[in-house]
Amino acid sequence: MTDNYTKAVNSGFTKTLAKKLGLPRPAILRRHRAGSPLTVGPVLVVSDAASRPDADALARTLLGWGVDVRREPTDDARWGAVVLVLTGAAVPTDVSGAVLTTGSVLRSLAPSGRVVTVSRATTDGDSPELAAVRQGIDAFVRSLAKELRFGATSDGIVLTDDAAADDPTALATLRFFLSAKSAYVDGQLLPVGPTPDAARAAETATTPDHATERPLAGQVAVVTGAARGIGAAIAKTLARDGATVVCVDVPAAGEALAKTTNAVGGTALQLDVTADDAGTRILEHARARHGRLDIVVHNAGIVRDKLLANMAPAQWDAVVAVNLSAQLRINAQLLAAGLEGLRIVSLASTSGIAGGKGQTNYGFSKAGVIGHTRATAPLAAAAGGTANAVAPGFIETDMTATIPLLTREVARRLPSLQQGGQPVDVAEAVAFLVSPAAAGINGQVLRVCGQHMVGQ
Amino acid sequence: MATRKPTGSASRATARAAADRAPGVRDAVIVGGNRIPFSRTGKKYSDASNQEMLTAALEGLVARFGLQGERLGEVVGGAVLKHSRDFNLVRESVLGSSLSAQTPAFDLQQACATGLEAAINVSNKIKLGQIDSGIAGGTDTVSDAPVAVSEGLRRALLDASHAKTLQARLKALAKVRPADLKPLTPSTDEPRTGLSMGEHQAITAARWGISREAQDEIALASHQHLAAAWDAGFFDDLVTPFRGLTRDDNLRADTSMEKLASLKPVFGKSLATSSEAPVEPTMTAGNSTPLTDGASAVLLSSAEWAAERDLPVLARFVDAETAAVDFVHGHEGLLMAPVHAVPRLLARNGLTLDDIDFFEIHEAFASTVLTTLAAWEDADYCKSELGLDGALGSVDRARLNVNGSSLAAGHPFAATGGRILATAAKLVAAKAAETGRPARALLSVCAAGGLGATAIVESV
Repeated sequence: MTDNYTKAVNSGFTKTLAKKLGLPRPAILRRHRAGSPLTVGPVLVVSDAASRPDADALARTLLGWGVDVRREPTDDARWGAVVLVLTGAAVPTDVSGAVLTTGSVLRSLAPSGRVVTVSRATTDGDSPELAAVRQGIDAFVRSLAKELRFGATSDGIVLTDDAAADDPTALATLRFFLSAKSAYVDGQLLPVGPTPDAARAAETATTPDHATERPLAGQVAVVTGAARGIGAAIAKTLARDGATVVCVDVPAAGEALAKTTNAVGGTALQLDVTADDAGTRILEHARARHGRLDIVVHNAGIVRDKLLANMAPAQWDAVVAVNLSAQLRINAQLLAAGLEGLRIVSLASTSGIAGGKGQTNYGFSKAGVIGHTRATAPLAAAAGGTANAVAPGFIETDMTATIPLLTREVARRLPSLQQGGQPVDVAEAVAFLVSPAAAGINGQVLRVCGQHMVGQ
Repeated sequence: MATRKPTGSASRATARAAADRAPGVRDAVIVGGNRIPFSRTGKKYSDASNQEMLTAALEGLVARFGLQGERLGEVVGGAVLKHSRDFNLVRESVLGSSLSAQTPAFDLQQACATGLEAAINVSNKIKLGQIDSGIAGGTDTVSDAPVAVSEGLRRALLDASHAKTLQARLKALAKVRPADLKPLTPSTDEPRTGLSMGEHQAITAARWGISREAQDEIALASHQHLAAAWDAGFFDDLVTPFRGLTRDDNLRADTSMEKLASLKPVFGKSLATSSEAPVEPTMTAGNSTPLTDGASAVLLSSAEWAAERDLPVLARFVDAETAAVDFVHGHEGLLMAPVHAVPRLLARNGLTLDDIDFFEIHEAFASTVLTTLAAWEDADYCKSELGLDGALGSVDRARLNVNGSSLAAGHPFAATGGRILATAAKLVAAKAAETGRPARALLSVCAAGGLGATAIVESV
């Protein structure tokens, strides 16, 4: 799974050699395993003075999760994470102390450690000082992510509207960022809204998601493009989290689809998502066979890279049809069916943010996904659901394995984490976004790119 | 339920009551089917074994219906060309699948009728309440066919293994002659006549005066119908690709009467030189099925079992009839057994040919279909051979093999029954949904040894 270069620079003689030569040394990232602790070491919770109440609340929650929480740096610790709470910062000078305290412990941050900021989004009507400090945190997180080494990441929770720092959604996001599930999410700031009342009630009425490790129990999920690669990983991860998964792929991919389906104990639906009635047929299958439909993951996608000057109509049209139009049509059919609480995640791409040479068609389609996700969000919210997107960067799949060696090797080393992600990294982000507790995140794009150097 | 042993008239009354209930044995329904695309021998599946192919067919079925870990009542199937090591072929395939390892299985074999006979077995067990669910399947490969040693070598090897001394062992092996080293390849020749199936059918076709053109028309229709069905997505929930093959590779969507007419006859050439009544040979590679590799599986169950699992139900497996003809000493054609079975099957169910919406008549050869239809239209034949009062009737060609059959799809012997059954079940379900009234299909599969299996399925 891990690429050969990463393996080489992490073991034996080649490790020593790489060190001596000063070669890039991507870390072997810690990934989620059932039963493993949330972080690899104690968590330091720091804040500016005004954010102290929020920091206290988060520290209490972390203690409740069984985490070793510290409020002051100590010399002996090998830190699992630093949680930097800046929700109350009002002017730029407010954050200095907490930021520099964070800096003082970075040398003792464990491999695959985490720095997670919790701050508030800028809004219309903010004073210039307030807007300055809030916006400043954005590039602070991104810059720090580029400095961290050994698989450590830096991400931020940006509370929007009147979301509280200890809302179920904010806490679920904190947990995701601290955990090994966000291994390849780096340099990202995720806007988190208030948890809708229904989700909040469900969270408090039942055992919290994370305690059961099966937050999707009883739910039915549809994953398109599930035969292999990222889609297969998503199907497996949603099944791990308790969902019954309907695995969809084109009839021609049926052999691999059957394999994935039988591995997750779901049902296979051989269907071309570009069919006019694809959404209706998906819904019919889910309802007839499993009684309901709660989650849709639009993962099916194709590439037909060509410079625009050389682009054949079929190459443009096929990419737009599969990557974009199919999602639009299926969403329209599902929303028209009045599904309550439908959770939608669409696969975008960093190419849909930064663009890519030879990818005018792909970039258009993936940026289109981001666009329609934002527009679909309020429609989904009206029925108690959400619509979000996940934008993978370079992920190690059969698809990227076809990229010429040198190009592929360069693409792997570009992100801050200096390696490609695994399909499961994307799958974990999807599983997080469709989890009940994440109901307050809507209309967002979460990048899973190891902090790719292009775009935001 | 308490049992008691009735006596006297009470016993007869109970027996009568039981007989009255007999038709009330519960229904066996067809939930759905799955097969791998069929491939001409020596192509895509050239190194795939029967077990791999049957396992793949089962895995696709399990995935389609979410049967992972499910303990089914029975899986029944077989292969016509079978290695001796595959003595438990179906059970081994089940163990290699995602079904519960507690699912029993057995092999059966009835030449080309294997697949349909498997479905008859499963449906009977379901109807009797012995099982609630089962899979009927079949697989065959000519690419990976068993190759045996000659009788002389086999005898010598066995004698040598029984010998107690080195000397005796050498003596036994010394009996091997160079000619004994020639391997025995499987043959489709009839053991009792030495004639190939094609030669047998050529005689039958000549007797019924079946023209070359009529046969080519059947072949053309088969290819056109199958291609249209593929294009319409009919097989999207009936087929799971295997080894990169996504469609039956024998299918020639672009074939034409001209192309078919250009092919040279391959069977019945000896009839052309017959001194008595020379007959122009008519059977070509185009209007005969090619040797094919593939596997199929069909899920059957009680209606309750399907409902409990929210599974769809396509059709009821109504009834079946097998027949055999005396092609060795008698005068009937080798592949004419279904002609005898169908009238008995229809009569038992109070039906006529007009009550059938879809005729699925296995195209071993185009002429098999044509001799079958001709025989049913022939009053004298029906009277003398089938014991009917007159002609059985005509088959509406518009209802015949509407989504193609073996000439286009190919014919991996034991897998054909499952292909036909799943197709027929889906056809009647769609027709019933469209018209709002019940639809019926008649299935007919001829087989080596003068055998034939037929069945009726009906929409639910």
